[in-house]
Amino acid sequence: MIRILNIGMNHKTAPVEVRECMARDPDSVVRALHAMREDPAVREGLFLSTCNRIEALCTTESSDKAREHIVSLLAGLGGMEPENLARHIYALEGPEAVRHVFNVASSLDSMVVGEPQILGQIKDAYYEATREKTSGVILNRLMHRAFHAAKRIRTETGISDAAVSISYSAVELARKIFYDLKGKKVLLIGAGEMAELAARHLMAQGVEEITVANRTLERAVQVAEMFSGRAVSMEEIDLELLRADIVITSTAAAGYVITHSRVKGCIKKRKNRPLFFIDIAVPRDVEPRVNDLGNIYVYDIDDLKGIVRINRAQREAEAVKAERIVEEEVIRFERWLKTLDVVPTIVSLKEKVEEIRNAEIRRSLGALGPLSQEQMRAVDVLTSSIAEKIIHDPIVTLRKKAERPSRDQFLDIARVLFNLDD
Amino acid sequence: MALLLIRLALLLLLVATGGMIVFIVRQNKTVFRWSYRILLAGFACHTLFLFQQYYTLGAAPVLSLKTSLSFFAWTVTGAYLLFQQRFRLRVLGSFIAPLAAVFMLVSTSMPETETAVIPPIYKSAWLTVHVVTIFAGDGMLAVMFVAAVMYLLQERQIKRKRFGSLYRKLPSLETLDSINHQALVWGFPLLTLGMVTGAIYAQQALGSYWRWDPKEVWSLITWLFYAVLLHERLTVGWRGRKAAVFSILCFSVLLFSFVVVSLWFSDYHSFKSLEGRLTP
Repeated sequence: MIRILNIGMNHKTAPVEVRECMARDPDSVVRALHAMREDPAVREGLFLSTCNRIEALCTTESSDKAREHIVSLLAGLGGMEPENLARHIYALEGPEAVRHVFNVASSLDSMVVGEPQILGQIKDAYYEATREKTSGVILNRLMHRAFHAAKRIRTETGISDAAVSISYSAVELARKIFYDLKGKKVLLIGAGEMAELAARHLMAQGVEEITVANRTLERAVQVAEMFSGRAVSMEEIDLELLRADIVITSTAAAGYVITHSRVKGCIKKRKNRPLFFIDIAVPRDVEPRVNDLGNIYVYDIDDLKGIVRINRAQREAEAVKAERIVEEEVIRFERWLKTLDVVPTIVSLKEKVEEIRNAEIRRSLGALGPLSQEQMRAVDVLTSSIAEKIIHDPIVTLRKKAERPSRDQFLDIARVLFNLDD
Repeated sequence: MALLLIRLALLLLLVATGGMIVFIVRQNKTVFRWSYRILLAGFACHTLFLFQQYYTLGAAPVLSLKTSLSFFAWTVTGAYLLFQQRFRLRVLGSFIAPLAAVFMLVSTSMPETETAVIPPIYKSAWLTVHVVTIFAGDGMLAVMFVAAVMYLLQERQIKRKRFGSLYRKLPSLETLDSINHQALVWGFPLLTLGMVTGAIYAQQALGSYWRWDPKEVWSLITWLFYAVLLHERLTVGWRGRKAAVFSILCFSVLLFSFVVVSLWFSDYHSFKSLEGRLTP
């Protein structure tokens, strides 16, 4: 009987040093697929390798042998002893493996739950497998169901749209104010680590330029270089406030760096363009009253933390929904998989009947005398419809029993009654 | 035939509105897609109805408050369809369709006026152009009003840092502001054109460009309100909340002069007198 087998490691089971070993070789995917194709114990195979996980997925009729082969394959790729590797990997079989694949594709198993890249990576891995012709009926179906499950989870649950890090929640807010961050200008005042992280997120969203102002110009230049931006002195902030759309403050100053009057003074010159302050300094750099000005929005670290807290709670609720969806999809897939078990019997039943029919037609043709083409066709239709009608009910019964525990019994009886194993 | 078309248009609009409301709650794209198609079908029925009316009356079918409201609903829907093409903002429909539906419902609930004889005075091309441009402008300005309401809802959440379920569903502030801006830039010239052609028509039909009729005066006031908004937007750089609040104010004035003034204050321009002229 065919089993689905999934052997792999992720950020939870293997430390980064081990994962690094596995990811070193860029050709590892192709090599692994070749190895699986050559392996007689493996029928279909797929190999996924990202910086956070390695997954080897296969179907097999002798799962013990296949498991052993794949573990040594992984060890070989990582240049490790199979015994050392064993501690870091998981091996899942049957429904467990299916569930795991669905979880991975829907980003429920990711380090940052809900991050969208993983689906693309799986699609690439699947593409590789189809190109190397290692995927077949079962894996094709499994991958398509995984994509479907991922899509359902993305649209039916809010699991992927809750930002759970402070810097990312700031980006989300910025997108609710500006929509498109392309072409927007960012001003960093103070150059702490968190400000850098937020700036990095904003860069990823396509902001046009990043300007850095810092008490020591040297550090400003250093950070500006990282983003290929400009460095300015603290005295130039007033001028920069006229250009910026998003300002991230993180100085160690004791008082307010951005005061109410300072911002008010630039609103007119900015022609009321919206300005978003992200204040991650403690004590705060932006006077809270600034938020009362029209088209100016101020979020401090506590506000952002508040959003993150709400999002986390929300995501836990959504995770329950997501699990339910995965469970539904696993059940559906398993049901389909079971119908596969009755397919060989149905096929041999059909073949046997067809064989009998052909033999009988051949025998009777002499007695019927010369037939016209039309008559010949009529004979063909007649015999095949009789044959089909006779085996129709047994086939329907077998299909129906495919999901039942009594399936094997029925398969055995069918094979004996119709003498299919001769 | 005409009755069937308008009933069908109303039914489809109501179904689409229901669908759009379900969409904003459930965020199901399929629901939106179907609601949008149904809305399009309703709009098509309504368009056919209007053509049929124009053909049989020989004049723009806006001679009573009932037919005007129905026409208004049609231009609002039309303006929405244009903006949907441009901005692809599904959630806009969830706000605009109800507005159009209300106009249609009010229109339907009003008693039918007898359209016995249309005096030749109404069968003028200038009048048709006047009515169509004014209403097209009104449709745009209705979209602008809706965008302003959405803007204020969203802005309030961001300013107060309290996020309800609408926060995720509403678009960004800049998007809403730019819809507001676009609707004004298109709506205002149409409104202006409508008033100019109206004056030309008045000169031809009644002998003077301007008669200090309450409806005319209020229309001018409405026009001035929008002119101020456009001016402030283009030169001073008003935007965001201020522009949104002001556009809601402008639309209230527009509705006032559309409904209240037309019904009760107006002299020759009122629907009463229009209807009065209809029944010989």
